[in-house]
Amino acid sequence: MLITRRVEFSASHVCANPALSAEENRALYGAAANPHGHGHNYALEVTLEGAPDTVTGMVFDLRELKEILQREVVGPMDHRFLNREVAPFERVVPTTENIAAEIWRRLHPNFSGAARLANVRLYETEDLFVDYSEATP
Amino acid sequence: MTRLTRRYRFSASHRLHTAALSEDANRELYGKCNNPWGHGHNYLVEISVTGAVQRDSGQLVSVSALDDLVHGKVIRDFDHRDLNRDIPVFEDVVPTSENLAVEIRRRLSLEWPADFPKLAGVRLWETKRNIFELMNEEQQ
Repeated sequence: MLITRRVEFSASHVCANPALSAEENRALYGAAANPHGHGHNYALEVTLEGAPDTVTGMVFDLRELKEILQREVVGPMDHRFLNREVAPFERVVPTTENIAAEIWRRLHPNFSGAARLANVRLYETEDLFVDYSEATP
Repeated sequence: MTRLTRRYRFSASHRLHTAALSEDANRELYGKCNNPWGHGHNYLVEISVTGAVQRDSGQLVSVSALDDLVHGKVIRDFDHRDLNRDIPVFEDVVPTSENLAVEIRRRLSLEWPADFPKLAGVRLWETKRNIFELMNEEQQ
């Protein structure tokens, strides 16, 4: 069974690769390369997979999931400038693809029990989102 | 696995009617959708791509290049049109959302750039309640 929790955070970023020139970054990322940055209301959907516990009837304690998401993602990223304040985005371009993968890396160690992390879906806007998952044994 | 999905919108009219059936059988089969004057929807299309994130850009695909392709091959032709009369394929094919999803995928596949990640799926919302999804592996 899959269970999904959704949280939101607002953050600013610049999409520019320091290895490229300003012109190349502009060609690659368009307005997202504006040097002073811009922001989004990100929405994150985290999906866990597992069987309901025979005693509790739950795949995972949603209160604990809420705390994990707050500690690993919302706390560190909400109302932050990702490139300056959130590792590893001082050296990794904070595209939606890379932020989704980073969120997976932060969340994954928290789910070593019966429920496994199945998918991270990150909406940059209502019209653009990235799904990220890694095969786990 | 990284998969990126982009949403696009178009508004169009259509009428569900097949020449293979009688007037009565069409009315019975398609109900309100067989209304002779047609009717319309605000369609929402989700295009998904999957592949490797480029090391330099941190992106699967340039979203603006994807937008140009989808706008150029699908949205510009379909938006504010009558599907039955303005889109040649629907002269013979009933413009159900199933067939519309297949036509969207066909148009994109024909022009899909070699350096793009794989087209992973087409998901078409006819209304908020009716959603049609075509995976890439599925045959037409």
